[in-house]
Amino acid sequence: MRAKYVLSEVATGLWRNVTMTIAMMITMAVSLSMLGASLLLFWQVNKLKDFYYAKVEVSIFLKADITEDQRKALRTELAAALLAPGVTSATCPAQAPATVCDPLVQSIEYETKQQAWERFKVQFKDAPDLVNATKADQLPESFRVKLHDPKQFAQIYDKYKTKPGVDDVIDQRELLAKLFNVLGALQRLALIVAVVQGLAALLLVANTIQVAAYSKRREVAVMKLVGASNWFIQLPFVLEAVFAGLIGSLIAFLVLVSAKVFLFDDSLKSLSNLLLPVDWKNIWQLLIYLPGIGGAVSAITGWFTLRFYVKV
Amino acid sequence: MTKTYPKASRPSLDDVSVDIDKGDFVFFIGPSGSGKSTIIKLLLHEVAPNKGRVVVNERDVTTMRSWKIPNFRRSIGCVFQDFRLLPNRTAYENVAFALEVIGKSKGVARRVVPEVLELVGLGGKEHRYPHELSGGEQQRVAVARAFVNRPLILLADEPTGNLDPDTSIEIMRLLDRINRTGTTIVMVTHDSNIVNQMRRRVVEIESGRIVRDQPRGVYG
Repeated sequence: MRAKYVLSEVATGLWRNVTMTIAMMITMAVSLSMLGASLLLFWQVNKLKDFYYAKVEVSIFLKADITEDQRKALRTELAAALLAPGVTSATCPAQAPATVCDPLVQSIEYETKQQAWERFKVQFKDAPDLVNATKADQLPESFRVKLHDPKQFAQIYDKYKTKPGVDDVIDQRELLAKLFNVLGALQRLALIVAVVQGLAALLLVANTIQVAAYSKRREVAVMKLVGASNWFIQLPFVLEAVFAGLIGSLIAFLVLVSAKVFLFDDSLKSLSNLLLPVDWKNIWQLLIYLPGIGGAVSAITGWFTLRFYVKV
Repeated sequence: MTKTYPKASRPSLDDVSVDIDKGDFVFFIGPSGSGKSTIIKLLLHEVAPNKGRVVVNERDVTTMRSWKIPNFRRSIGCVFQDFRLLPNRTAYENVAFALEVIGKSKGVARRVVPEVLELVGLGGKEHRYPHELSGGEQQRVAVARAFVNRPLILLADEPTGNLDPDTSIEIMRLLDRINRTGTTIVMVTHDSNIVNQMRRRVVEIESGRIVRDQPRGVYG
């Protein structure tokens, strides 16, 4: 009986102020979409960091005119038995190409020009013009060196930059850092928009509740007179706000899903080769967070407004 | 007890002390601004006294926690000068509303509401809206609403203020009937007519102080 009463009050309340209800839903939707986007970016950046830093290497690009001797010298040096503390010649076979005893180096791989070309073609397969304009010969050969501690790049750089045959020593990590900075900035921007819009949404909720309470002041007065419990009086108003918040969050969720389907998986597909594709798992997680936050924030604002501004 | 409203130059009620027993019928009379309505507010705990205590049904209302107050108010019925009915509900629905919002089922309402409307003399008019009822009939609905839960106390704040003398007498007869069922009645009024006719306990208030307390008084 009480549930039916409360629900019917909520419905009439929402309909009576339908313009404000819609305004509430829209502002919540915008705020929550931005919040969702910023969350997604945050998770994505973390995933990228994990993915790439594990793979990150130092690339020692070799000059086009490198001689075989110089190549051999470099290879041996990288694999040379610079015995690190605790490493003996027995545990460090200097001849094996992938095992090294340079204490900074974890492994090395050698990439020929052909291999570089193949990799280039695959990486930029969505940009055929670029591929056609590049000849196999134009890509340098390189040693791909994996470090034990990626932070010691500076030492490798100093050591190998001036060696004969070496063109350049590039720390891929630095390139990635730039990418992550951009993504991080985007994420912070989305968060700021979310917060600002969220404030607007809160004020709108407070205002809507005040209007609703005013238009029902007679009923509320009688309810208080007759001894209806406080939460019973407050509940329909709070539920109005919560309902709008939940709908707003669902709209936000649908917006983000469409963004994934129509943007990331479609038009911006080439980007997702570089940046990892957005997981459906993360999207589903949003389905829990967004309504949760939307509903909770609406409820708290509603209750607060009623208690302290409307004195219901 | 003493009650002073902020910005007031003198207290609304100054050191007023009254004892009312179960089943009593008490009139509080006095000129406008004498502090009569404040008494009702204090009894309902709409306001709290600055000094002193309010004890109703052996419960000290003065320091009652705010979440207990709704429950307390269920044991009190109140009628007002302006009836305070909900205009977009019928007489039946107005009374049923009082039951609904304290959690009684529709079944209970269906049983009890016609009964109490009959009691106040509105049998057959349950489906009329307030604007379709006369002033006296609206006040009867208000009394029905106040009485439907069989409260121990019925408060009345100038209930006949908007009614003509004949209708006022009818309402008073109704309240008398209710008083005879054992309900304590506390009524605030400046209607000399009915006070004189009823001859019940009269407490006169002037400028916030009691000037008279007579068991079978007149308006004087």
